[in-house]
Amino acid sequence: MAHSRTVTTTQSDILSTARTQVLEKGKGLSESQVLEVLRLPDDALDELLELAHEVRMRWCGPEVEVEGIISLKTGGCPEDCHFCSQSGLFASPVRSAWLDIPMLVEAAKQTAKTGATEFCIVAAVRGPDERLMTQVAAGIAAIRDEIDINIACSLGMLTSEQVEALAAMGVHRYNHNLETARSHFPNVVTTHTWEERWETLRMVREAGMEVCCGGIVGMGESLEQRAEFAAQLAALEPDEVPLNFLNPRPGTPFGELEPMAGPDALRTVAAFRLALPRTILRFAGGREITLGDLGARQGLLGGINAVIVGNYLTTLGRPAESDIDLLGELQMPIKALNDTL
Amino acid sequence: MTTPVAETSQGGAAAGAFCDQCGRPADGAEHPRCTARRELEPPRYCPDCARRMVVQVTPVGWTARCSRHGERSSAG
Ligand code: SF4
Ligand SMILES: [Zn+2]
Ligand SMILES: [Zn+2]
Repeated sequence: MAHSRTVTTTQSDILSTARTQVLEKGKGLSESQVLEVLRLPDDALDELLELAHEVRMRWCGPEVEVEGIISLKTGGCPEDCHFCSQSGLFASPVRSAWLDIPMLVEAAKQTAKTGATEFCIVAAVRGPDERLMTQVAAGIAAIRDEIDINIACSLGMLTSEQVEALAAMGVHRYNHNLETARSHFPNVVTTHTWEERWETLRMVREAGMEVCCGGIVGMGESLEQRAEFAAQLAALEPDEVPLNFLNPRPGTPFGELEPMAGPDALRTVAAFRLALPRTILRFAGGREITLGDLGARQGLLGGINAVIVGNYLTTLGRPAESDIDLLGELQMPIKALNDTL
Repeated sequence: MTTPVAETSQGGAAAGAFCDQCGRPADGAEHPRCTARRELEPPRYCPDCARRMVVQVTPVGWTARCSRHGERSSAG
């Protein structure tokens, strides 16, 4: 394969290894290989993104999975995830709020209108209590009455009974992020452990729901830890990995961190794609901050094959139409509902 | 003078006596970080009284409620 520019031996080494190992054989990069990719200089970025895009097209195809998300219960969380504006332990301006069922159904309708096939219901909690489980059950029933869309949930850590209850409600995918490398987790969260999160994910998989697990990069982790995180996600074999870039929230312990530089964010996207050739890799929060308006295009041509459209849980995103228009322009069809059933 | 209103923050949410992002007085003072933030952020503080509002973000908009001054929304 002709390279578009001259690169040093080590650079072309890892890229040509990835070409054979990942593109041709479908075997994801190891931790040390991901680290080599993360260390590539800016002048190798275009070639890296092209390769990640080829890998995504070869092993996932051109379709893009579109999802909308909604916060069912906002703020007042007892946990201390240092990036999160919804923790009740920090002086964040986000106040507690509950969404009622008619508004939830309306949000699902707005999401379906964009062509999205996934609607994820999220609650800021350590894990669900009875009130939340009841609200989720009623919400799912009301959505199903009116709209044809896959329903996902993200409700924190679950008991085995709750896992079974959600599976019985027809929840098709469960999101629970490991957030960061195991070795970095204690610097990010102190009120629960990485292992507790892993345990919920294991039960979700066992119950037959799809596993959605990703995290946030740019939380002060080293490149080594970023590579470690990619390898830990690969070991989990999730159906979907949502990749967020830290959007420093006022009042949180990480509120004064600098947003990640654009090239670093794109290198991370490509490196995660090369570690996870077959996974749905979703652009989640923070891309507007790190990458600006061009980010969606660069990501979708660099390994991303899923997006969250419209607003996030507590912050605003690009208008859904601009992402949908972009998919049309890039000739990437929106994944249809029957493909996912 | 009031804080400039960004396109995404309609309904006059930013055009009051207080900054809707940080809750400090808006009178004549520039809040560059707040202005930048407002593009991707719903209002957090009531522009009339600086109380923290209860904010709900949905896929296509937001609503923000002050216990004294009622509800505002992205729809205006
Ligand atoms: S558990 Fe979730 S909602 Fe609670 S502080 Fe952590 S990230 Fe935020
Ligand atoms: Zn301000
Ligand atoms: Zn008020």
